[in-house]
Amino acid sequence: MVRRYLRLLGIQLKASGLLAVQYRADFFTEGLTSLFWTFTALAPLFVVYGERPVVEGWSFGEALLVVGWFTLLQGILEGAINPSLTGVVEHIRKGTLDFVLLKPADAQFLVSTQRFLPWRAFNVLTGLGLFVYAFSRLGRWPSVPGLLSSVLLLGTSTLLLYSLWILTVSAAFYVVRVDNLTYLFTSIFDFARWPSSVFKGVAKGALTLVFTYVIPLALMTTFPAEAMLGRLPLHALAGAVVGAVVFAWLARRVWLHSIGHYTSASS
Amino acid sequence: MSFRNTLRAMPTLLKVGFAEAVAYRAEMFIWVLSTTMPLVNMVLWMAVARDAPVGRFGQEDFVGYFLATFAVRQLTSSWAAWLINWEVRQGTLSMRLLRPISPLWAYAAENVAGFPMRLIVAVPVMVLSVVLVGSRAVPQHAWQWAFFVVAVLGGWAISFLANVAIGALSFFWGSSQKVMEVWLVLYFVCSGYMYPVELLPPALRTLIDWLPFRYQIGLPVEVMTGAHGWREVLWLLGAQWAWVAVMGTLAVFVWKQGVRRFAAFGG
Repeated sequence: MVRRYLRLLGIQLKASGLLAVQYRADFFTEGLTSLFWTFTALAPLFVVYGERPVVEGWSFGEALLVVGWFTLLQGILEGAINPSLTGVVEHIRKGTLDFVLLKPADAQFLVSTQRFLPWRAFNVLTGLGLFVYAFSRLGRWPSVPGLLSSVLLLGTSTLLLYSLWILTVSAAFYVVRVDNLTYLFTSIFDFARWPSSVFKGVAKGALTLVFTYVIPLALMTTFPAEAMLGRLPLHALAGAVVGAVVFAWLARRVWLHSIGHYTSASS
Repeated sequence: MSFRNTLRAMPTLLKVGFAEAVAYRAEMFIWVLSTTMPLVNMVLWMAVARDAPVGRFGQEDFVGYFLATFAVRQLTSSWAAWLINWEVRQGTLSMRLLRPISPLWAYAAENVAGFPMRLIVAVPVMVLSVVLVGSRAVPQHAWQWAFFVVAVLGGWAISFLANVAIGALSFFWGSSQKVMEVWLVLYFVCSGYMYPVELLPPALRTLIDWLPFRYQIGLPVEVMTGAHGWREVLWLLGAQWAWVAVMGTLAVFVWKQGVRRFAAFGG
């Protein structure tokens, strides 16, 4: 069972890889634009830390780590998650999801792996670069347990991101015209640019609660950054792992429920 | 393609554009929701100004500034570059070229006709700003309102003309979307969209005063929040409209050169 799905994943990856190799020049254009977009994340940071040495307990180098995680996850989002799932919306709109549902494999698996854009994942490299820069600014290197737990959190963050996307796409079964749901999603994700304690002062901390428990943005960028700095408490780490698994399970239930509502578009 | 013909067609074009804006109101709504960047930055700056004001900005001033930014962005945005890119690639531009009126006027009319719908979003945001910040969030004098209208028009004109100029590059290169992305990044960083430009170091400010970006968002917002006396505003408005003239010339030039190379496909 698992081997079959791994083989399927291999086939899908190979197809996307072959497509990507056809557009090799994209590697450079995507890379350049990725570096450019990173600038929009960094510019406010430079201005803010020009005014203050520390904001809500985060120094410049530490906040840079959060931006690094934001950029890295953006790479995963744009390279591995977005392309497939915009495809699903298209399938639902045109009614061609029929062909996917007819195939003898899990529909969620098939639609989630249908397309990868490796060049878009350039942001992952930019994010790693930011980590190196941030730690050289801080003048120290992350501890081994810190690094290990941040790698674990990379897994949970990706899982959370993917589950959030599945939830968004499930909405497409009910409201069909959702072409720009992608933009809506990325703009909500924008709130993950800053350390979550920045939101403490707004609405008596309600926003922090929302971004930790409802839309778990804090778990995606702030937690891994704290783990790298070696100051994430163990119970928060455990909470993040359990939370991510529960969230993924919930997303799966919602997906199964909404696919029951799918009606083909043809006559 | 006389001027009188264009003038005669305008009311109809505007009506069609308005009907389109009404028909796609749900999409516009999602689009509006997706411009959360000012809110993301508002939260950050509020945290920075929690203990002491930054420059002349206290927490409330930041709320006023960024809500005005949100509203102004709604009123001054243009998406003609994507439209032109799309129509050039699909060949549907040929339909527009057949009509006895320049496509540029049609694009402009489409954009302007969306204004009423965008006001429906912008006005409540400004009302909210007044509720949160008090009456200083909006201009106190009639002349300031008049200048605000001029500044918004100028800001929109720069956005639109830059969009046309960049969009028309697709005649030469097949696609100019990457150029548009680069422009957007510069616009985000230099326009006062992510932070008030007056918080930047003096050397950078001088540079930004000479670039078009701050006249797209920064200037209307500053007029809205009453940052300048009338003499200063008049000076800045002069600079803004000088940029409108430069952009207008550039847009028409690139368009005229480019449209000669256009060849439609299909039948």
